[in-house]
Amino acid sequence: MRRASADSRLSRTQLALAHVAILGVVFVVWYGLTTPGLVSEAYANKIAFFFGRPLQVVRVVFDWFTSGKIYPHLAITLWETVLAFAAGSVLGLAVGLWLALTPTASAIAEPYITAMNAMPRVILAPIFAVWFGLGVLSKVALGVTLVFFIVFFNVYQGVKEVSPVVLANARMLGASRRQLLRSIYLPSATSWVFSSLHTSVGMAFVGAVVGEYLGSAKGVGYLILQAEGVFDINTVIAGIFVLTVFALLLDFIVTRIERRLLVWRPRTAETEAL
Amino acid sequence: MTAQNVAVAAAGAKAAALAFERVTCAFAGKTPGERYTAVADTSLVVEAGQFVSVVGPTGCGKSTLLNVAAGLLAPSSGQALVDGKPLAGINARAGYMFQTEALMPWRNALDNVTAGLEFRGVARADAVRRAHEWLARVGLAGFENRYPHQLSGGMRKRVSLAQMLILDPEILLMDEPFSALDIQTRQLMENELLDLWSADRKSVLFITHDLEEAISLSDRVVVLSAGPATHPIGEFTIDLPRPRDVAEIRMLPRFVELHEAIWHVLKSEVLKGYAQGKR
Repeated sequence: MRRASADSRLSRTQLALAHVAILGVVFVVWYGLTTPGLVSEAYANKIAFFFGRPLQVVRVVFDWFTSGKIYPHLAITLWETVLAFAAGSVLGLAVGLWLALTPTASAIAEPYITAMNAMPRVILAPIFAVWFGLGVLSKVALGVTLVFFIVFFNVYQGVKEVSPVVLANARMLGASRRQLLRSIYLPSATSWVFSSLHTSVGMAFVGAVVGEYLGSAKGVGYLILQAEGVFDINTVIAGIFVLTVFALLLDFIVTRIERRLLVWRPRTAETEAL
Repeated sequence: MTAQNVAVAAAGAKAAALAFERVTCAFAGKTPGERYTAVADTSLVVEAGQFVSVVGPTGCGKSTLLNVAAGLLAPSSGQALVDGKPLAGINARAGYMFQTEALMPWRNALDNVTAGLEFRGVARADAVRRAHEWLARVGLAGFENRYPHQLSGGMRKRVSLAQMLILDPEILLMDEPFSALDIQTRQLMENELLDLWSADRKSVLFITHDLEEAISLSDRVVVLSAGPATHPIGEFTIDLPRPRDVAEIRMLPRFVELHEAIWHVLKSEVLKGYAQGKR
């Protein structure tokens, strides 16, 4: 979206109008096809069974927020996301640094890392439910397996790509091994972690929601699962809607944090804008 | 002490700031058993307070020699002596200015300059105060908060210079530090380097492929042969008056004479290096 606004010939307001117009068209078409009048009542009901009715979806969302029913579920999902992201990042950072700095260990671990990364890890959710129960922990575990590999590979890359000249310079300035780790490897690795922040936060969110969906007692994923069980398609779509807005919000926050933390990096957009 | 050590020690009134003693550096080649000898049997002395330049054709192992002096690279045979003592590990008395970008991109100018003091455990407030002084001395007051990518190439070199000099090293090792700069910026930087150097006469080993730069800066110029197995093939004392202006000194007749004499030695090696590069 950012790139579009940089390249297009539309003004900012025109662009915003276009965005809103698309949403409006989708709603109008959706409303028209699910309300008797434009199509016969039988067809309208059939379509509504599969796609829900926009006004009812809006009402469900409205009810959730006015009655406050959604807040504990959202809080749980957010909490799982944050925990999964934090634990996965710390773990990925630690293991990534360790393996990148000890070639022997990395040579030994390499096939297993590749295998675990290739494995579709969502399939682990039932196992985590058995191990950690239906509470927060099993969702965090799923999120961690997703976040860990993103962070791990980025850290590994970050350490490998430290400029040998910068490293030699720090050594000439008198840095000890520990100081090299703190002043060279860690900042270099974290910059790579931050550049993958969008993906890893997104993955933590996916881990939380999918975990909830596969078995839980709380969370937005649980709400969707329950509604689906009774064919309440309006609530399912309302849940998806809330999750989407929520994900956008997370992404927005991450962008702000990223800008703050990576001021030292030349932004590619600065040159692309020309 | 070996007989050679004694000889080296006796050569100056006191031990030389930096001396190479029959240094050979060989690297493993691509195929097993194959070896590439970058530097062969090189002896070289930098007296205390002397500005010595080493010139040679590209790819002749000049940087290898400097890395040995810095302690970043252990020679295959022979040794480097610092103040008469064999060097083991990183040369703590030396500052190193690299040819390519060596600043930490995630630190701003100020924090790059304080890095060395930080590694030595100097209190932050003290380090910051001294870094401000040094940035001002290299003409970068007001640029403390800029990150390397926000500075021009010349400015980054100045930050590197401040980063090195704030530690007050006795020996300066410089590896074609200004080769990436345009000619005007380069002459400005050379003059600034001479100013800073004449203030407290450190020992300098300056590597360059630019003969004019070498003559205008140095007390002595050493010419290296083309690689492989590089070794010194000539040494010239530069008896030009100081203080010097690198742009103006090039007009002096004596400069032209020296240039001709050294070029005479260097030329065949440059051609040899060029021929090897083409092959």
